[in-house]
Amino acid sequence: MNQVQNFSKGFIKENPILVMVLGACPALATTSSMINGLGMGLATTFVLLGSNTVVSLMKNLIPDKVRIPAFIVVIATFVTIVDLVMNAYVPSLYESLGIFIPLIVVNCIVLGRAEAFASKNTVWSSVVDGAGMGLGFTAALGVLGAIREILGSGAIGGFKFISGDGILVFILAPGAFIALGYMIAIVKKINKA
Amino acid sequence: MDFILLIISAILVNNIVLAQFLGVCPFLGVSNKVSTAIGMSGAVTFVMVLATMVTYLIYTYILIPLGIGFMQTIAYILVIASLVQMVEIILKKISQPLYQALGIFLPLITTNCAVLGVAILVIKKDYNLVEGIVYGAATAIGFGLALVILAGIREQLELADVPSGMKGAPIALVTAGILALAFMGFAGLV
Repeated sequence: MNQVQNFSKGFIKENPILVMVLGACPALATTSSMINGLGMGLATTFVLLGSNTVVSLMKNLIPDKVRIPAFIVVIATFVTIVDLVMNAYVPSLYESLGIFIPLIVVNCIVLGRAEAFASKNTVWSSVVDGAGMGLGFTAALGVLGAIREILGSGAIGGFKFISGDGILVFILAPGAFIALGYMIAIVKKINKA
Repeated sequence: MDFILLIISAILVNNIVLAQFLGVCPFLGVSNKVSTAIGMSGAVTFVMVLATMVTYLIYTYILIPLGIGFMQTIAYILVIASLVQMVEIILKKISQPLYQALGIFLPLITTNCAVLGVAILVIKKDYNLVEGIVYGAATAIGFGLALVILAGIREQLELADVPSGMKGAPIALVTAGILALAFMGFAGLV
């Protein structure tokens, strides 16, 4: 597999959320607006890049039996970095993402890529894989956030284009489940065609 | 009275899955059959109460006195992972039937964000130890309730004619969305 394919597979063909349905919790919880969705996606991308790089650098040093706890410590370290950095520089975004920043540590995508890809491949392909998967996740969250924001409050990126309320349910919890359900169905259709 | 409010709010009003989006992966993953859903809820309840208690004690008596509160995430995930492992070993030794019932679900719980989420929320909301344990137990019951209801609906859906593109995860998510809509009716309770 060449690096271009390795990078682009995360967007449609093996999209972590839309095809593998991993990391559904942050995808549902943080996409009440496009900006929040993108912020969450980028935070996850940073952790994914960092953990993929370190795990693939250390793959020969970590004994096979303790590899999962070792991966978790690596991931938790990067999550703590993101947590502190976001708290310091983007406090309003940090506030609205809330508990889901520390919860990146249990996002199945990050551990899944460490186990399935980074622990078996070279550093360079792991970095490319992490970037592709992370940006694919970010794109999916951005689109989901945009759909919910347009339908739910008639705005995009905070810019309101209709007056009054939208279909409020799309901003609330039920709309998240339903919108993600239809997005997955559409991507399934695209992949089959 | 406060405890009753806390319990009702955690089970129905702020349901962990349907209102707070924690633990969605197992919610979609093990909701195909009612029997597995019940097993998973049992395991989650057990681990969640234990994890809330242990992480609270570690945070208050180790991390805070040492001034390393920022190590919260790393410390918690390690504690939860080793706790799950320990529970598995102890259950295997002392109660074979319970191990048979919950055993296969235990390893899955380490990556259940609801457990870590509740542990972090208890600190965020400034609960004391007793409130934290009650909150953990009530949250776990709410998780079990949502999981068992969805499993019941999905068992019925097996017989329905679902369009091929919607089969699997999409229809489960739409069902969960309608369920969340129903749970929003509880909003006025507390």
